[in-house]
Amino acid sequence: MTRSPDSRPTARPATPAPATLRQRLAELRGPGSAQRPLDARALAALAANPGCRRRVLLDGAGVDKSALARALGAPAAFGQSQFAITRGHSFEARAKADGGTELVRLLHEQLRDGAPAPAPGSVDVPDLTAGGPEGRTARTALALREASAAGRWALLDHPLLALPVAGAPAFLEPDAVVVHPDGTWTVVEIKSFPVIDGAADPGKVGAAARQAAVYVLALEELAARTGDGDPARVRHEILLVCPKDFANVPAAGLVDVRKPRATTRRQLARLARVEDIAAELPAGTTFDLCLADDGRTAGRPAEELAAAVEAVGAAYAPECLAACELAFHCRARARAEGAVAALGRGLRGELGGLTTVESVLAAALDRAPAGEEAGVPDPTVVALRRAAALRAEALDPPLTGIEAACR
Amino acid sequence: MSLITTLARMEAVRDGRAQPLTTVRHRHLAERPLVFVPLTTAGEAGAPLGALVGTDRERPRLLVVPQPRDRDLRSAFLAELAEEMLPYVEGFAGDVTLEERKETDPETGKKVTVQVELCAGAPQLLVPSAAGVSYVRLLGRSMRFRRTAEQDPDTPHPAPPRVPLLGRWLTHFGERARVPGSSLLLPMTELLGRHWATGQSNLEDQHLGALLAWIDPPEGLTGAEAALRAELARDAAGQLLHPPAGPATDPAFDNKLLAPAVTRHDAGLPGAAEELRALLETQLRPTWEAVWRGVDLLRALPEGERAGERWKRDRWSYTAHRDRVRAGEPPQPRRDDAVTAARKLAARETAQAQLEAQEALDDPLVMAGRRLAGEAFAGEVTEVVMEYTEAKVPRPRPLVTVRTDDGPYLAEGAKVHRVLPDGKAQPAEFVGPVPGDPGALTVRLTGGMGRGKVPEPGSVPEKGDRVCWTLFEHAPRGGPELPDPERTPWTHGGPPGEPAAELPDPVTAEDLL
Repeated sequence: MTRSPDSRPTARPATPAPATLRQRLAELRGPGSAQRPLDARALAALAANPGCRRRVLLDGAGVDKSALARALGAPAAFGQSQFAITRGHSFEARAKADGGTELVRLLHEQLRDGAPAPAPGSVDVPDLTAGGPEGRTARTALALREASAAGRWALLDHPLLALPVAGAPAFLEPDAVVVHPDGTWTVVEIKSFPVIDGAADPGKVGAAARQAAVYVLALEELAARTGDGDPARVRHEILLVCPKDFANVPAAGLVDVRKPRATTRRQLARLARVEDIAAELPAGTTFDLCLADDGRTAGRPAEELAAAVEAVGAAYAPECLAACELAFHCRARARAEGAVAALGRGLRGELGGLTTVESVLAAALDRAPAGEEAGVPDPTVVALRRAAALRAEALDPPLTGIEAACR
Repeated sequence: MSLITTLARMEAVRDGRAQPLTTVRHRHLAERPLVFVPLTTAGEAGAPLGALVGTDRERPRLLVVPQPRDRDLRSAFLAELAEEMLPYVEGFAGDVTLEERKETDPETGKKVTVQVELCAGAPQLLVPSAAGVSYVRLLGRSMRFRRTAEQDPDTPHPAPPRVPLLGRWLTHFGERARVPGSSLLLPMTELLGRHWATGQSNLEDQHLGALLAWIDPPEGLTGAEAALRAELARDAAGQLLHPPAGPATDPAFDNKLLAPAVTRHDAGLPGAAEELRALLETQLRPTWEAVWRGVDLLRALPEGERAGERWKRDRWSYTAHRDRVRAGEPPQPRRDDAVTAARKLAARETAQAQLEAQEALDDPLVMAGRRLAGEAFAGEVTEVVMEYTEAKVPRPRPLVTVRTDDGPYLAEGAKVHRVLPDGKAQPAEFVGPVPGDPGALTVRLTGGMGRGKVPEPGSVPEKGDRVCWTLFEHAPRGGPELPDPERTPWTHGGPPGEPAAELPDPVTAEDLL
């Protein structure tokens, strides 16, 4: 498992960032603004676009990106309908009903490993309440250790896990973790999208798997640090619980998250470290909104904030629109620069060294050198010119009428 | 995305409005389509909130579920939907033409020609987006196994009489929509996206308002500006000026307007039901108008020559389902058996190949993409040499040399095809490039010249003609036939046996749906 150097195995749940970094990050947020914790969804989104230094820094520093986007004049349209929230909560409560027996029964049914079925009332549900995130992660670690040694089924309802990301700790809260009698652990993810006739929306299942992979990583990290230090006690199959067909009855399936786990682990390791990015910023850079007393109106002019945001590079792609609060701002900048990636991530690869719309069109319409002076024509430019010629011919056919010939 | 499409998107960015991707319309558009704009309740599967539906642009029918968690109100909505949709869907069943078809006589095993009915028209459903297509499928699934009081007097919550039938039809539309090039159920975003390239990404094109803004921006605005407004502009109360095309609603609408109105309705306040209707209409009406604007834009394009042929296949599909319903067959099963599933996949693959070939043949701009990809070449004939086979009755095998700028991926002896003036395809074989003359390619015609020694007039190009050869077949056929379901091999689970009657979904006391 890849670990950043400052997460050496210790008994402490999360190694706090060095004081200087913490101080620097607090400065970036601005005095008085609380650090926004990273959650699994944000981590999965971050891992999907590891090249975005802007997101790494803002998330790492715990800046409120929604407020920042609002202040920049490009608010994001994220939000959840209260109908969906009510439904999600009622389904989760239904799935965790009768002291977790139902959930463990669903898991046992899916495993089909011949182990005896859990008897009603035989599932431990340890109390995980504690003060503050550090306290809760410590409590979770303790409960996991005790439950693993007990040789019984146990359900940890909303445990809190810590995972060091780019040098700063992120706190993660899975829906549940089940401890098996053999001491292994399974992450449980409860979602309210339906499984109809045994099939669910693959996009949503994929997103759930990526999210659960982050929890699995955090648990492996925890397992390596505590007890016998065996990360293999975390099962790589997670239990996804969804409503069955059109009813409110839970149906479960095991989802293998080895692939998203490997991807996420690699991407998180690649994330440039927050410290390094912060060190490169011009002195005095801050994302402090200087909020007015109402807690919403930003006291700083948008241009000043935009300049601060521009100080760290972004890697915008259209996929960001669904995953990042700042996406509309980054899109506006990418469009203003004429970046081809704003039209789709794939284009960057297709167009080689031509990164702006203007340069592509210039190359296609023969207004820029194709690199012939070097003796080797750029194959991208050659293909572009051919494409432009063919397109022009089809839209404005010559008198001989290729149109007629093609019919 | 091909380089030509990429280029069109860049031109759209430069010009501030969408650029054509085709010169003709590649999908059949019915004279009187049925537009269906559904809305669903967030977080609940198959809990409709409301819909606008109808064939008359000026007078759509507004259907509303004032409390989506009330089973009876949902049933009433579905009954109204059936009342509106079924007469339209069934309206094409009566008018038939007779077609001849070869069938194997079960007694003699010989191929005989039989006359079968083919409906002269077929219904066409238009929804705003791809999510709308999924929603039609979901509605179909939620309705088709339900039982009416007539079918089963003991059923706890009987479905209104025509609802299961509507479920079967919507399932059929949903299944058909998976066949490439079919037009029974079409999402407007996909239709427009096929014909125009905008200056934004494919992902952003899923927003119908933004897509239309690029294709037909209002006076004084560029496509990008208009699209941004369609995506994000909100009124003073924080509501989107252009509500999403659904079926999902905007969370701000749910939380600020819908939830309080539903609460008032639950409390039984007078006028609450009317208020909800008015609220939902504000969300549905803009999308309704947008779909029809899309219809206008598409109608301005001439229909591709071969789109009618694909529509005929849709008519066959409609006729076949009509026959299954008439014969009293049970609703489509939850899961297909192995042979049916394999058949469907094979049919979709064939349809995809046919669609690609036909679009290219109908449209020089699509053909340009194939030429760029090395799958076709066009040029001027520079030389024709008559040659003959060495058989007892010599047949013409002329050599045609074409000068082209295209770079087709050809090997010696590769088959190429072109369209003859009478619409038939002419096969030929690639002979090779002309030595010492770059860009000149020689092909040998191998058919399509009639039966005689002398080729039929017009079947051999002359010097100076412009011709276009394709490396792909013009009418690709599917693979080998699949066995009957009773003969499913053991590798695929063996024969499925007697189909078990599909039971309706169990009704649980606590479920809200």
